[in-house]
Amino acid sequence: MYTETVMDHFRNPRNVGHMENADGVGQVGNVKCGDIMKIYLKINDEIIEDVKFETFGCGSAIASSSMATELIKGKSIDEAVELSNKAVIEALGGLPPVKVHCSVLAEQAIKSALYDYAQKTNKTIKGLENFNPEDEEEFGCH
Amino acid sequence: MNKKLYLDNAATTKVKKEVIEEMKEYFDVMYGNPSSQLYELGRKSKEAIEKARKEVADFINADEKEIYFTAGGSESDNWAIKGVAFANKNKGNHIITTKIEHHAVLHTCEYLEKFGFETTYLNVDQYGMINLEELKQSIRPETILISVMFANNEIGTIQPIEQIGEIAKEHGIIFHTDAVQALGGVRIDVKKQHIDLLSVSAHKVGGPKGIGAMYIKKGVKIDNFIHGGGQERGKRAGTEGVQNIAGFGKAVELAAKNFDEHNDYLIKLRTKLIEGIKANIPDVVLNGHPTNRLPNNVNFSYKYVEGEAILLLLDMEGIAASSGSACTSGSLDPSHVLLATGLDHGTAHGSIRFTLSDEITEEDIDFVVETMRAIISRLREISPLNK
Ligand SMILES: Cc1ncc(COP(=O)(O)O)c(C=O)c1O
Repeated sequence: MYTETVMDHFRNPRNVGHMENADGVGQVGNVKCGDIMKIYLKINDEIIEDVKFETFGCGSAIASSSMATELIKGKSIDEAVELSNKAVIEALGGLPPVKVHCSVLAEQAIKSALYDYAQKTNKTIKGLENFNPEDEEEFGCH
Repeated sequence: MNKKLYLDNAATTKVKKEVIEEMKEYFDVMYGNPSSQLYELGRKSKEAIEKARKEVADFINADEKEIYFTAGGSESDNWAIKGVAFANKNKGNHIITTKIEHHAVLHTCEYLEKFGFETTYLNVDQYGMINLEELKQSIRPETILISVMFANNEIGTIQPIEQIGEIAKEHGIIFHTDAVQALGGVRIDVKKQHIDLLSVSAHKVGGPKGIGAMYIKKGVKIDNFIHGGGQERGKRAGTEGVQNIAGFGKAVELAAKNFDEHNDYLIKLRTKLIEGIKANIPDVVLNGHPTNRLPNNVNFSYKYVEGEAILLLLDMEGIAASSGSACTSGSLDPSHVLLATGLDHGTAHGSIRFTLSDEITEEDIDFVVETMRAIISRLREISPLNK
């Protein structure tokens, strides 16, 4: 059902945990639908120095969070904003169709954390002009 | 490599050795068509069917003539509900069932709604028990069928079947019960419990898959289900799966013989597992009734974590179980049974069902508890909830 890479990231998730004094925090999803992702960012000089995640959800939700954090760690904000759910799926070697929403959540969680950072620092991030973290709430379960 | 622990016996069971032995003969030795009564091969096949029919009948205190073999629990449920609905539609169009039935019952009722039938779905309490007062109040002059499962497949709750049977009888309403999970775990006595129709399936009691039976009390008005030849007294046509029927009969014979010993042992394991989980893992909720539950069923919700993730980690330790999480069903919602007991979605997503067998030892239970403790604490570390 899951690729080796998905299972690896599920079994040994990278960057798990809480972060004190994060520069940006984003949380998406809800308990009703069965998955919640929370992303913490440490940003220095427009570079994502560190990233942590906490996820409630199925195996592919945990694996998608783990992979997404790996893909943005050490990258610039501009690069992180560009991260798409497709890139997460590709890096995982594929996800079953019913689990694609996990990768969407991962993308949204990162955007949401970057949005929070932009709000706190009064910056505008290119690519987030139309992002509204509230939208995610409206989605309903996938 | 750890020992493999199969703890999903409500999904299906391993076919017993004696059952396989019993079945073998009917493939290439006694392979005659049971309808061919003019030669011995045919007569032997017929004998095998009748022997099995008697085993099943005796086990539930029915008459042999009241047992009809089907292709399994789903078929029996379909037959019971559609067969009664269509045969009694001159009397009424109302069916009473519960919110926690198997989909073989629920989807059949939904299907009948297209033909003008109406269904009342009874609520259950936090333990999964129906309320007899609500049942009585739901009865209308047009009610033609009450279908309440004997025991639930997810949470193991056993319903007050005898009282339901009495209520149905008082009102002259046909009473069907899905006893697929109850067979072998609870005493079934169709006479004492006033049951008119009862569904069972072989693969839940150490028999082969794809074979089941329906008990139809003499005199109950029900349409034939498969139209064709004269098999099963013309009610359910098709050349009988003789080997499967023989296997089913053997499985029932064994279940009847070892009934008390088997269930006492399962209850001992069940109690040990329930107590072990409660004592070692915080923030858990036992789903189903504390005592009035199937001997092999243990179902807990583990707060702040999700069931599929638990199952994947259990599988790595060689443990097979199941979950009511939406993630594992491919649907958007967690189990309809857990939601009907009033569980919130989050808690329902974190449910795990272990269903035991007599191949499991007390040491295995210790291993399961320890493995679950480690898995839950690990997933809770990853979870953002409750921090
Ligand atoms: C309560 C209940 N009813 C019906 C069925 C369906 O039985 P079968 O698999 O034999 O069609 C099952 C098995 O999944 C069950 O647990």
